[in-house]
Amino acid sequence: MSDLRDLYQEIILDHGRTPRNFGPLDGANRNSEGHNPLCGDHIEVHATVDKDGRIQDVTFEGHGCAISTASASMMTDAVKGKTVAEAKELFEHFHDLVTKDDVLPEEDMDKLMVLAGVREFPMRVKCATLAWHTLNAALQNEDEPVSTE
Amino acid sequence: MNKPLDMTSSAIVKRAFDAEAARADFPVLARTVYGKPMHFLDTAASAQKPQAVIDAVSEAYGGDYANIHRGVYYLSQKATEAYDAARAKIAAFLNARRPEELIFTRNATEAVNLVAYSYGRKFLKEGDEVVLSEMEHHANIVPWQMLREAVGVKLTVIPISDTGELDMDAYARALKGNVKFVAMTHMSNALGTVTPIAEIIRLAHGAGAKILVDGCQMVPHEKVDLQALDADFYVFSGHKLYGPTGIGVLYGKRALLDAMPPYQTGGDMIRTVTFAKTTFAEVPARFEAGTPHIAGAIGLGAAVDYLAQFDMGEIHAHEMAVAEYARSSLQSINRVRIYGEAATRGSLVSFGLEGAHPHDIGTILDREGIAVRGGHHCAQPVMEHFGISGTVRASFGLYNTKADADALIAGVHKVMEIFG
Repeated sequence: MSDLRDLYQEIILDHGRTPRNFGPLDGANRNSEGHNPLCGDHIEVHATVDKDGRIQDVTFEGHGCAISTASASMMTDAVKGKTVAEAKELFEHFHDLVTKDDVLPEEDMDKLMVLAGVREFPMRVKCATLAWHTLNAALQNEDEPVSTE
Repeated sequence: MNKPLDMTSSAIVKRAFDAEAARADFPVLARTVYGKPMHFLDTAASAQKPQAVIDAVSEAYGGDYANIHRGVYYLSQKATEAYDAARAKIAAFLNARRPEELIFTRNATEAVNLVAYSYGRKFLKEGDEVVLSEMEHHANIVPWQMLREAVGVKLTVIPISDTGELDMDAYARALKGNVKFVAMTHMSNALGTVTPIAEIIRLAHGAGAKILVDGCQMVPHEKVDLQALDADFYVFSGHKLYGPTGIGVLYGKRALLDAMPPYQTGGDMIRTVTFAKTTFAEVPARFEAGTPHIAGAIGLGAAVDYLAQFDMGEIHAHEMAVAEYARSSLQSINRVRIYGEAATRGSLVSFGLEGAHPHDIGTILDREGIAVRGGHHCAQPVMEHFGISGTVRASFGLYNTKADADALIAGVHKVMEIFG
């Protein structure tokens, strides 16, 4: 039960129920779609990146489990205002956080730390990283939908 | 092998079915997960294996193993006999007219692909209609889409109602068109619906169409009589029938199989090969190119032997009692929505819980030792029908008891506790 409480912390359930930055984004110049074929979940990430390479705004749409929705919601909070390069570095750190047991979390993890419990649930790592993969594709302006498979 | 089967063996007195006693035949059921007793409720995805099957596979390798249909030596002869005997056992279990009407494939998916490719490309042409249902597994959709791309057949999809029943009026109307083939499930893996397959087959034949039935979810649970059903093709997988993975069966009427070209070519399926011309072997060898899954076929034969000691009707009655108990218990929870409420259904319950995604439910149940499937069950059109991305599916096999159902209900309450 302690693992479950680590995974489904109140803040995660809250972001899962009432996601932040949820919906379309007028004037977005970076868009991408992501699929998790395992569960059929689907997500879209929209971002506005200015000429200096800074993410002015970012939103997401779609439906998914509590973990993927909360992760997407917290991701949008975390990357807003960051440069594309900073966001990509954050993605790497986040990926380490949810997949590796023996790494110390990077300082920029901050609120994302609550998702560390995912690493005890290997089948759910893809839920937590779907939004990030999709954001990464959007920032590279890839047209093809990304997939967790 | 060319004589009709002796059916007198079915008159042998059956062992009374007792689920608690049968559980002891399945070694994996004794294990724990996360320090808790395991409640395996995912038999519709793949069934657990009785010791008899595990032993048969072990013996196939450790006892009389050699390649079949080739060697003149003792071991090869014994292995060939065991392989052929497995086919005969399965034919008797399903009352096929002859063992040769059963082709061993890798799985049910390969069996559908074989028919779509071999029968489809030879006998179906541009403008012919192939009828499917909205609740087919992807394995009974995609091969027909590939055929559509290859030869230009038209696919007609028969809708389901909100209770998950096939719209038989729409089916009858569709058959007035240029329908040459029907591909239909016997029982939906996503909803549990059991289709009125005898009527569906009769109507297809009345319209001059051939029909393939996906029996994956039916064969493990109810008596299937292939001669009485009269389907042209019937497919199922071995691993859902308490047998090994990597082995499945295509049943086809002999006259149809005889007229069909090979699906794959190579060794063991030819009569003569010269560089000028090759002639092909008779069925079933024609459709079993290369060295087959010998141990898998023998293991599946052992699974059928295991089931044949019981009356399938008793197994079915037990499974339905447990599944219906789980269903009514779930239904009494306000926030649960059941998907699939057909009047005639099998031993599975597909459901959703307001405010919780199927994968979150699956994860929480898993930590309680309960194995269920969460997701679209390879039946995305069904999920689309209900406007959802997936369901939680609890499916029941012969070894499940009310204790498993009770654990499931307690687990669902735990989900509600966590999700508030």
